[in-house]
Amino acid sequence: MNWLTDIWWLPALFSGVLLAAITGPLGSFVVWRRMAFFGDTLAHGALLGITLGIVAEIDPVIALMLSSVILAVLLYPLQRTSALSADTLLGIVSHSMLAIGLVTLSLTDGIRVDLMGYLFGDLLAVDYTDVLWVAAIGVTCGGLMFANWRGLVAATVSQELASIDGYPVRKLNLMLVIMLALTVALAMKIVGILLVSALLIIPPAAARALSRTPEQMALIASGLGILAVLSGMAASFQWDTPTGPSVVVAAATMFVCSLMIRRS
Amino acid sequence: MSSDALISAHNLYLNRQHKQVLDNVSLQVLPRQIITLIGPNGCGKSTLLKVLLGLEKADSGEVIQRQGLGIGYMPQRLALEPRLPLTVDGFLKLARGARQVHIDSWLERLEITTIRNQDVQALSGGEWQRVLLARALLIQPDILMLDEPVQGVDVQGQMALYQLIPQLRDELGCAVLMVSHDLHLVMAATDEVICMNGHICCSGHPDTVTLDPAYQQLFGQPLAHYTHHHDHQHCLDGHIEPAQPTE
Repeated sequence: MNWLTDIWWLPALFSGVLLAAITGPLGSFVVWRRMAFFGDTLAHGALLGITLGIVAEIDPVIALMLSSVILAVLLYPLQRTSALSADTLLGIVSHSMLAIGLVTLSLTDGIRVDLMGYLFGDLLAVDYTDVLWVAAIGVTCGGLMFANWRGLVAATVSQELASIDGYPVRKLNLMLVIMLALTVALAMKIVGILLVSALLIIPPAAARALSRTPEQMALIASGLGILAVLSGMAASFQWDTPTGPSVVVAAATMFVCSLMIRRS
Repeated sequence: MSSDALISAHNLYLNRQHKQVLDNVSLQVLPRQIITLIGPNGCGKSTLLKVLLGLEKADSGEVIQRQGLGIGYMPQRLALEPRLPLTVDGFLKLARGARQVHIDSWLERLEITTIRNQDVQALSGGEWQRVLLARALLIQPDILMLDEPVQGVDVQGQMALYQLIPQLRDELGCAVLMVSHDLHLVMAATDEVICMNGHICCSGHPDTVTLDPAYQQLFGQPLAHYTHHHDHQHCLDGHIEPAQPTE
């Protein structure tokens, strides 16, 4: 098992690939349900979560997930309510949280925090504990989505029809929001706060042109996400570019290619 | 009220943004009955349907559904998300308890088998209506609820759809409750008409309803011809006043 610990970037690679696998289907729901801004808000709130975790001396991963889930459940009624007000409100919450997080972080003196790492991702900070977290959450979310797939898609197409059918629509919506919160929290270390929602949105958007069914789109999005993580990390090592942005650049390139495929 | 009703509403009230959307509405749907709700735009027809379906809650009053009632619902419109790739077949499979044999037979019955593998985005208004109808029929419902079933469909398509409804009732033995704003088209297809404008103005067989002064007032008969005695009147601001006693 020595090689596992000897190669320093392996944990980052593992958690990156696992994460991309789960953001495929999850990100597809974000795209279908127009929750991109919601995901962004969760990510921005995450910084405050980390800061509070540091102050309260809680394990940062747990603090992050906890604060993210709490924020998600509080904001949950806002998604899908009247477009403009929800939009504005999310914008206010999103940027206020980021600003409060940054201010609080600067006030907690005596603690050295790698702000750039949080904002743009830090592969060096990823260890096997993170891999285990990502694996545990990933398997749970993947299993839940698989078991409830038809209901989730039905509720995405029409909440009304799905609830008349007897699907537990409210439970499914809440489940999706909590899974989103956990994934955003875990994705932070890889791609950073500012780019988390890119990892959720861009691979499914690129997959759209290549798919005819929701299932295809989710799986292709996973594949493209994994490819983006791998090539982004490789580029990051090769040219010493920041990892998060490199991953997103790789994903964006795929999206542009998918546009051309659609044209032809 | 009859006890063998599939679904019944008792004294529903619903106030939304200071407007009385439902004002003491009661109705019942009996097995195999076709009822049409008519009324001007914003009169509460669609809201009443949603309350009956349990999608919205009335402020007071109650809705009683027969135990294990199977409801097939066809919404007025369904905004489709263009980023969600979905074929007609895939859409129908999302219906809970949908079986492939039923999907196949309803596609055939509604003459839309040829479009089953098409993307739902690519359908015409008429085709999409039939797909929605097929989805409502898939579970072999006891009652079919249709909200303005002919929106976005050309006149020929409208006639065809309204001819289909009594046939479907006979084939399935189900009841039908539909919303429409045009009585002329549904006249032949319906057993009972309920004319509403917040409250229920009048109801009965389509032939008698068209003669009812409440109906005529709502649907464009000049007020000068309003000779029939009625127990209430509609004021300009929309509220309802008891009529002056004439005796």
